[in-house]
Amino acid sequence: MLGLGLYAILFNRNLIKIAIGLTIVESAVNLFLITLGYVKGAVAPIYTMAPAGKKMVLPTPQALTLTAIVIGLATTALLLSLIIMAYKHYGTLDVREMRRLRG
Amino acid sequence: MGMEHLPILVIAIPLFAAFLIPLISKLGGGRYAKEGLTVGSLIFSLIAMILLFKRVVSLGPQIYVLGAMLPSLSLPSGMKIPIRIILEVDGMSAFMALSGTIAALAGAIYSIAFLEKETGSDRYYILFLLMVVGMLGMELTGDAFNFFVFLEISSIASFALIAFRFYQAESLEASIKYMVISSLGAMFVLIAVGFLYGKYDALNFAAIAKKMSFSWADKIALALLLVSLAMKCGAVPLHMWLPDAYAEAPASVTAVLVSVSQASLYGLFRVCFSLFGVKMSTLTVGWMVIIFGVLSMFIGVTMALVQKEIKRLMAFHAISQTGYMLLGVGVGLAVLGNPIALKSYGIMAMKGGIFHIINHAMYKGLLFLTAGAIFFRAGTRDLNKLGGLAHNMPWTTVYFIIGAAAIAGLPPFNGFASKLMIYESVYRFNPLLSIIAMIVSVLTLASFVKIFQSAFLGPQLPEYKNVKEVPKSMLIGMGVLAFVVIFFGLFPDLIVKSIVDPAAKALVNQASYISKVMGGM
Repeated sequence: MLGLGLYAILFNRNLIKIAIGLTIVESAVNLFLITLGYVKGAVAPIYTMAPAGKKMVLPTPQALTLTAIVIGLATTALLLSLIIMAYKHYGTLDVREMRRLRG
Repeated sequence: MGMEHLPILVIAIPLFAAFLIPLISKLGGGRYAKEGLTVGSLIFSLIAMILLFKRVVSLGPQIYVLGAMLPSLSLPSGMKIPIRIILEVDGMSAFMALSGTIAALAGAIYSIAFLEKETGSDRYYILFLLMVVGMLGMELTGDAFNFFVFLEISSIASFALIAFRFYQAESLEASIKYMVISSLGAMFVLIAVGFLYGKYDALNFAAIAKKMSFSWADKIALALLLVSLAMKCGAVPLHMWLPDAYAEAPASVTAVLVSVSQASLYGLFRVCFSLFGVKMSTLTVGWMVIIFGVLSMFIGVTMALVQKEIKRLMAFHAISQTGYMLLGVGVGLAVLGNPIALKSYGIMAMKGGIFHIINHAMYKGLLFLTAGAIFFRAGTRDLNKLGGLAHNMPWTTVYFIIGAAAIAGLPPFNGFASKLMIYESVYRFNPLLSIIAMIVSVLTLASFVKIFQSAFLGPQLPEYKNVKEVPKSMLIGMGVLAFVVIFFGLFPDLIVKSIVDPAAKALVNQASYISKVMGGM
């Protein structure tokens, strides 16, 4: 998934597709974090409802992932809104045609 | 009493102010209410930072544990690893945060008049404060994941600020470019944090450093962190976002953006020295940092020479100056495992590099502010169209001369002091590197002579006949930085002794950084 997302960012010329690529990378990283805390046969780390005697998966990676998801959402929202405004200016989503900055 | 809460207050007060601003503007606050709140909270941060620095120098690294019974209780009863978010302030972090708050204060004062023509100033100040909060958080935190969160806070705020002039297509383009690259870099940081957490079951820098075994997982984490943080601080070959972003952001933002990029630079140093330290092969990583530095210096300055636009030119210089810091500290890192070389010139090189960080934040901030002043009055940043501004804008001219002389390393300005330290010590490490650094300095001078000559000198052009000097708040903002530049240049020994020394020592002394959190374990 990481490779797929990177491919989407590096080789696509459409801004929306680049944004999608970025989201794929984010999901890949989130899944990676979740796997870190996985314990085989364990239950969700909620203390109040936990069945007695069962192991729990590590709560920290899940907390990290939640935070990362929120941050990723903010980035994606901002990126998409900027893409909309860029579309208004250029009338295209093709990065090859957005080349007013150079040097 | 109260002094132990300083680390969190430095971050919390601007954050609180950021959330108060929309409230004030809803309630229809007075004309300068939000400006006053912004500047006030930053002045508070600056004072708190100075007090904190004094404490760090006299008492050693300070920690602040969020949510603990006592702010200094890093290991709650029975715990073997620190489980809470811990702010850890040593000489280096305090140094970086000090330089950041000065730049932020100057930028905020400058913004008051600079933004009068623009709309949406309440949003501007919220984002400005959030960007500063993110920067300070990155510098003061002692927790890897918290570092990532603050990195993202400052990044997202700066994306939005770069696109502040959203009616210009260029700003949007620069912002999108920066956002894609920077988010990708941040994801790399997060993967690295994941690797470290998976291996050591801890997120605290000190806790990880204590157990660091430098296996393959750590090597991957180190590589990811090095690449992404070098990208965020704008080192060549990962610099392509920086000129666009710096050139298109409003000048007051760019001045602070310099410090925000330096927070990533700080992250790079923190990772190399405090997290991995002598456990890794410091010579290899040191050379990598040095190569990043030399490439940045040289390519930055050569690209700058051909630019026609003031802020783009300065942005390329920012890349080249970052190279000096990487070079200085990289030399220190390369000889970290060798006590004799470290003592005879390594520490000196690091001091030079670290001193250059604060100097750069000050004079580059000043230069970006003068570029903003030119744009504010003349309406263009194209060097071929400008000319003769010295007749109408004497103060801006003086500030520009101060900044340009400092960046080119002319005595008695501050750039000279730090560059001299870098030349001397790097020469003993590898003469070739030092010679490259000097050539770069000369080229820097050449390009600033070019700006000076084409923007300020020459006959008064008819289209700029009615140009006036910029408003007072912009002059004060520039004046704050110019004062610091001159002061540092006149008393370099004092500054090196009082603030640079503790920073360099803090970086080298990994043991005290670890033991402050981990105690005797």
